[in-house]
This record gives sequence, structure tokens and C-alpha cells, in this order.
Amino acid sequence: MGEYKIQLTVNDKKIIATAKAEESLLKFLRRNGFTEVKCGCEKGDCGTCTVIMNGKTIKSCISLAMQANGKEILTAKGLEKIEIGRKLQKSFVQHGAVQCGFCTAGMLMVAKGYIDKNPEPDKAEIRKAISGNLCRCTGYKKIVEAIYDVAAENHRLEGDINV
Amino acid sequence: MSEFKVVGKAIPRHDAWAKVRGELKYADDFTLPGMLYAKVCRSKYPAAKLISVDISKAKLLKGVKAVLTARGVPRNETVTKFGQSTDVKGGFEGLYRVLAEEGKKIRFVGEPIALVAAETEEIAERACDLIEIKYELLPGVFDPEEAMKPNAYLVGEEDSNIVNEFGCFTGDIEKGFAESEVIVEDRFEIPFLDHAYLEPEAGISWLDDYGTINIRVSSQVIEHFRDVAEVLNLSHNKIRYIGTMIGGGFGGKEDITVESFIALLTLKTKRPVRLVYTREESLMAHSKKHAFIEKYKIGAKKSGKIVALEVHYIGNAGAYTYLTPWVGLYATVSAAGPYKIPNVKIKTQMVLTNNVFASAFRGFGANQANIGYESIIDELSRKLNMDPLEIRRINCMHTGDALSTTEQVIKTYVALPEAAEKAWAGVGEPTVSKDKNIKIGRGIAIGQMSYGRMTFLRDSSRCYVKLETDGSLIVRSGIPDLGGGQASLLSQIASNELGVPMEKVKVYNTDSMLTPLAGTTTATRQTYMSGNAALKAAREVRNRILNKAAEVLNVNPDKLDIVSEKVIVKYDESEYLPLTEAIQACNAAGIELYSEAQFNAPFTGIPDLTNIKGMTFPDFTFGAQAVEVAVDIETGQVKVLKIVSCYDIGKALNPACVEGQMEGGSIQGIGYALSEDYALQKGIPQTPSLAEYLIPTAVDSPEVKTIMIESGGGLGPYGAKGIGEPSFNNIVPAILNAIYDATGVRIRQLPATAEKIIRDLKKDFFKK
Repeated sequence: MGEYKIQLTVNDKKIIATAKAEESLLKFLRRNGFTEVKCGCEKGDCGTCTVIMNGKTIKSCISLAMQANGKEILTAKGLEKIEIGRKLQKSFVQHGAVQCGFCTAGMLMVAKGYIDKNPEPDKAEIRKAISGNLCRCTGYKKIVEAIYDVAAENHRLEGDINV
Repeated sequence: MSEFKVVGKAIPRHDAWAKVRGELKYADDFTLPGMLYAKVCRSKYPAAKLISVDISKAKLLKGVKAVLTARGVPRNETVTKFGQSTDVKGGFEGLYRVLAEEGKKIRFVGEPIALVAAETEEIAERACDLIEIKYELLPGVFDPEEAMKPNAYLVGEEDSNIVNEFGCFTGDIEKGFAESEVIVEDRFEIPFLDHAYLEPEAGISWLDDYGTINIRVSSQVIEHFRDVAEVLNLSHNKIRYIGTMIGGGFGGKEDITVESFIALLTLKTKRPVRLVYTREESLMAHSKKHAFIEKYKIGAKKSGKIVALEVHYIGNAGAYTYLTPWVGLYATVSAAGPYKIPNVKIKTQMVLTNNVFASAFRGFGANQANIGYESIIDELSRKLNMDPLEIRRINCMHTGDALSTTEQVIKTYVALPEAAEKAWAGVGEPTVSKDKNIKIGRGIAIGQMSYGRMTFLRDSSRCYVKLETDGSLIVRSGIPDLGGGQASLLSQIASNELGVPMEKVKVYNTDSMLTPLAGTTTATRQTYMSGNAALKAAREVRNRILNKAAEVLNVNPDKLDIVSEKVIVKYDESEYLPLTEAIQACNAAGIELYSEAQFNAPFTGIPDLTNIKGMTFPDFTFGAQAVEVAVDIETGQVKVLKIVSCYDIGKALNPACVEGQMEGGSIQGIGYALSEDYALQKGIPQTPSLAEYLIPTAVDSPEVKTIMIESGGGLGPYGAKGIGEPSFNNIVPAILNAIYDATGVRIRQLPATAEKIIRDLKKDFFKK
């Protein structure tokens, strides 16, 4: 199979690079220096490689690099430029939601993607939303709380008196 | 002693920011120019004689730089170690064979046979496929009870498959059962488990300008530099380990994983070599938690008083010894739980089979024992028609009592039945089922788990603390950080003692050449061992500062404390010396503001393994977990609704980290109880990926309620006890006992899958 030139934006940075036809987006991103996108299983079971592509949360190991041609990708390193991203990072740190940290980048991405879609989730909804992302260290409680607090704070700021 | 300024607070860990920002470079995230990619060629068969390995075609493939077989390994056979600086002998150090040897036996599916280093990963993979291996297939033996029979197939080169046998006897077992009014007997089967850390094994090695091989690797044991040096037949100081932050370990990165392979290939090619396992390779090739067969017989008076306990464990070690003897010893010592039983007979046999090898896993043999004794005691309470909490109250140890197995007296606080009562009460009001097919049940389990290594290993840890001229603080320690906050804890201790804020403390860890060796991050030993070493080093520096400041301020040093970068006069904080000035004064007088301290655990001799007595561990953490489950009696599905985890942790040095262990340990236990089973059929793995090997997700996991008892009685710094492994004890039998409470189904073969529960519930139907 051949190699193709693709062009995409990763965290506001334009990338023009070649990708093999069969290359996963995960491998492509890691090969181009985005090592914050982790490789835990390469078959969509663990979620450590989660990124956001054109607003949609995807597992980059089961997406092809070619599919990202012309698209915008957000990874954990891009979160700092986004308010909700910074809040999630801070909340994870403060809640002790980070242990070994290998799932963290993927968890943050799935959390960001989910809060964008559902700004007022309850904890059960958060658990469901992150259930495609495995964590072996924390038992999930502090991760759920970290995400919930960011969401809760967000609607407080929007004047939601029910929170 | 200084007051608690930083210790005891839920301070965010120093590594957390780098992790959320995606900046932290794990083992797999690091590359070097000119780097080669390694692949391991592995056995397809569980039992065979290796006839020949032909690498000629593989070597000719363009881009291949090295192909290695056992013939190319300077010392292919050494012994398995896990960081100890003394040899115990007596069968404790098993065979470490780097690559399978021609003419010898292949012992498991996935056993490494040859190594390839190539310009790309794809070429390395293709080269592996070009290696021609001739096997003579052999029958193998897969069941440990079969493997113990006199004429069994022999897994290895020894004349028996039994690795070790251990025993422990107290009182008179015959008399004990004769006196018993109620006797319960049962047999439990516990499967192999995989650690399923999210980060697969990875490492990179390179030669530096002076011929030293550097290995940057995700490992729980940087002391393996010695073992790799032995394999390469180099002196120990020619190998340097640089440990990375570890993406989860749980014991699975306690043995050597990729390091020998990459070091050999770097030695051969003189180029950097990287090796990263795929998830499938990780599952196939790294150690597992020992599968156990357990026969329990327990006798009690009608009052509930237990008078006799007989236990026979058969531990399935898989293909190679690795840490099997130690695991067997843990199980033997733990076999009677935290119960006072006058007549005890324990026998443990650890047996080789042609399955993947078993070694260290969080809990290390104590969990398998805990599942057994807490299941049989639950059965006993049912037979006596006694409340499960009451039977534990009647029989549990108290402070100053001895373990019923080894008769080691526990001098620190034994939080029983306190922990059991608190956990049980913590479950709260019973959930009311709204569906007649959903049955609610509760279960409890209690236990003890050691923290710190077996005392006959003569364990020590070292730590270096230095005050810089600007008042910042450097801590150097060989401590590997698995994600539990092990490294951060040392800075918290140093910060607390020296009044330097956490953001001004820098920990440099896991460099076998440059950081004082702190021993392994295993056996729940780091808070205890390295915590004490850090405390000792920090206090030495602190005393020098205080003595100098006392001269300057013209007061007695014991009137001084260091708080927020000031040496203050206690009770009169208006009078103080800025810390930087005290440092200046020390430097001007040539007073050393650094210290490297060593902490030694208690040392004992090797016990008589046929009847283990006396101290084998420094101390134990006691605790309990209580759970509530809902079981659907139409489908057999179990949902864990509530978990309460209650432990005496002595002193919570960082409560957020302690909670993290207690929550994570509980949820890992849900997997052990309900879904995880590294099943093999005639040695062939049946759960090759995370799609088959099912670990708990967020929706399978309830919110764990944690209750910390802070008795202050631990042997760690400030009275702390260890919590890493203990937090994973008790949870499994608590869930199994709750399933029984809900349905009357006793799980004797883990895990408690829906299928097993429904088969038991509908056994009359299945009989027809």
C-alpha cells in the first residue's frame, strides 16, 4: 500500500505529512510527536488514545490517519488553550484523579467531548460517558468527581440556580 | 519533631500536572536518533523440545541489524531476583532463562525464542516471521494436581514439578477437630489474573560514551540493573537503569520485562534499541497472579469459637519459578487470617505447569488466602446461624495477639473488630429491591496484609536530601513511582521537616547510578521504607540548621522549628531567622546541608520452611470491607451497589493518595470477584486482548466509601502503615459473601460470572 500526503490541524498547528494508507491515526500522531496520545491496546478497548476530531470524540487507534485529512484534531496538549480544558486539567489534579496517568489524557478528552454535548450531566451519566475508557488505578470515583465539578461549576456560571 | 504542616494534607502530587498536560514522557514516548526497533519471536506451543532455530533467512532481510538466539546471550541462564542484595537460596531464587535453548524444553505459549533488531518495526516483525523454528511437541501438563502426581510430565529440567512446600503448625489439629461441634469443609478454585495496567511494557537502551548500557524503562525494580549485567556478563556498574514514571504496575513490572532483550541488542548492534509490547503480547508474555486450589476445613464450638483450621493450598506457578516461592510463603503465613485459632495446620505446595508463568501481583498470595478463609468463615457463620459480624468479633485478633500461623506477635494496633464494625455500619440502610427478580445481599470480609518485605530478605532503603543555597530542596531516591504518589510522598516528608513549601521541592528519582537505591516499589514497602529513609535524612539536615540558627538567635535548638521558610522560635513567631540566612550561616561554617540516610527493616534469619514460626514480616495492616450487591436471579448478573473500605492506615500522610489506593483496590477487586479470569486451555490463552479479559469500567464500579482509622501505631514515618496491597484484600470475599447472602449461591470457582450463578440457581432445571 502506498503513502499519501495529508494535511490536518492538531491543536491549532498545521501538519503536512505523509501517512501510509493503512496507518492508524494513533500511530501517525505519535510518529509526529504527539506522544500525549497513548497506546494501550490498539483495538479500541481501552480509550487511552482518545482524541477529538472536528468536535467528535474518537479512539485514534481505530481511525485511519487518512480519515483525518483536512480535519481538526484536539489532543490533551491542546486543552490548555481552551477554558473548559484548563478547568478539567486543574480539577483532575486537585481531586487526585491522576494516579499512573496513562489513562488521563484520554479521560480528559472524553470528558471534554462529553461536557460539550451535555453541559449538565449527573454522575451516572458521566460514568456512562467514560465507560469506554479504562482506568486500572483510581476506581473511577475521583475521575467522575473531577468531571462533575467542572460541569457543575459551568452551569453555576451560566446562572443555573438548580445546581 | 516538627508539627504536621504538609504531612497529613491532601496535596496534589508533583507529577500530576505533567500528566494532565500530556507532557510526561513514559517509556514508550522517548526516542533516540538512530534507534532500532526490537521484536521478540515467541513459542507457539506450551510444551515442546526446541530442536532448532534457523535465523539465516531473517538475517538476510534488508534493514535487519541483529537476530539473536540463546547462543548469542553471554549468560542465558541466571536466577530470578527482585532487588534483594542478599541471596536467600534454598530454592527461593528460581531459574531466569532469557531465551529458550535448543535441546531444552519450551514451557509455555509465548516463551521467548529469538530477538530481532531492525530499522523499522515492520521489518522487525517480518524478520520474526522468517525465523524457522523446529519443535518436537510434548504432551505438557496444565493442571497443578496432575502435575504433582508421581509420573507426571515434567515441565522443566528438574525431577519434580513441585517448586516449594511450606508448612505451619500450631497446637494439635486432631484434638482440635475432635473438640469441634461444627465442622465445615470446602474447596475453592481461584484463576490466574492479569495486571492489566494501561501501559504495556516498554523500554529503550543505548550505549553511552564510556561503554555503559543505559536502559530507560518502565519498571518497579531498578535494582534489576544487576540482573541484566549478569545476563550480559558485565560488571554491575556497566548497566544503568533510568526508571520512568510507570503507567501502572501492580506487580507485573516487578520481574524483568523488556530490559534484557534491549540491552542484549544494544550490546550487539551498538545502537539504541527500543522494544514496546503490544497489548496481546503483554497479556501472553508477562507474569500472572497465581491460580490456587484451596482445601479448607474449619471446626468450631456452637458458641462460634473456632478451635481448628486445616488448609491445603496448591498454587499454580505456571512455567517458571520467578517469585513463586515468596508468593507461597505469603499465602502460608496469611492462611488463618486475623483469627485466634489454637489448632492450625497449613500446607502449601507450589507447582509448575505448562501455563504462562505466575509471579508478583498486588497482594502476593495473601489475597488467595483471604478469599479462602473469609469464604469458609462465612460458611461457618451460616451453619451456626450466626451474624457474619458476630463470628468475626468472637474470633478476631486484638493488639498483642499473635498470628495463628507463625505465632508472630503483633505489637502495633490491631484495628479489629473496629474496622469490621465501621465497614459494616458504613453500608447504611439496606437497598430495597423494586423488582422481585433482583435480590439484595450484603457481605463482609476482614484481613491482615503485610507492609514491607519478608524480614529475612534484610531490606533497606536510602534517600538523599539537600538544601540548596536559595532555600530550595532536592530529594534523590531510587524510588520507582507506579502512580501511587510514591516519589511525591518523599518530598512531602522533606518539606514537612525542613519548612520548604512543596513547590520548592524537587524529587529526582529512579536512576540506578545517581540516586541512592531505595529498593523496589513492591510489597507495600515504600511509605514504610523510603518514607523512613527520607525522614531520617531530612531530620539530619534539619538538626544542623536548627543548631546553627540557635547560635545566631541565641536560644536553645529545641525551642526552634522551621515553618514556611523561617526558623522560628516556638511560641514567639516574631523572632525568627529566614531559612536562607540559616543556610548561609551553615555554608559559611562548612556545615553539610545534605544527608544520605539508610533505613533498615528488622532483619531475621530464614525460617524453617516446614514449620514457619516467628517474625516473617515487619508488621501488618488490618482492615475490613463490606459490600452490598444486587443479583438478578433470572440472568445471574451481579451489580455491586455499595462498597465500604475501612483500614487502619496508622497515619494518612497524604489522604488523597490513601483514598486513591483504597478506591482503586476495591474496584480492582470487583474484577477479581466477578469477571477477570486469565483462562488457558491446554496452555493456550483464551483471553488474548482486553476485549476478552474484562476489567471493571466506570459503570461497573460503585462509589467506594473510604473510612480511615488513624491509630498512629504504624512502623512508617509519623506512625503510618502501608495501604497499597491491603486495600485489595477483603474486597473479593466480601462480594462473594454478599452474593451468597442475596441468593444462597456459594461461589467456589472464581470469578462469579452470571453463568455460574444461574447454573447454581437453576440446578434442578439443568439436572433435567
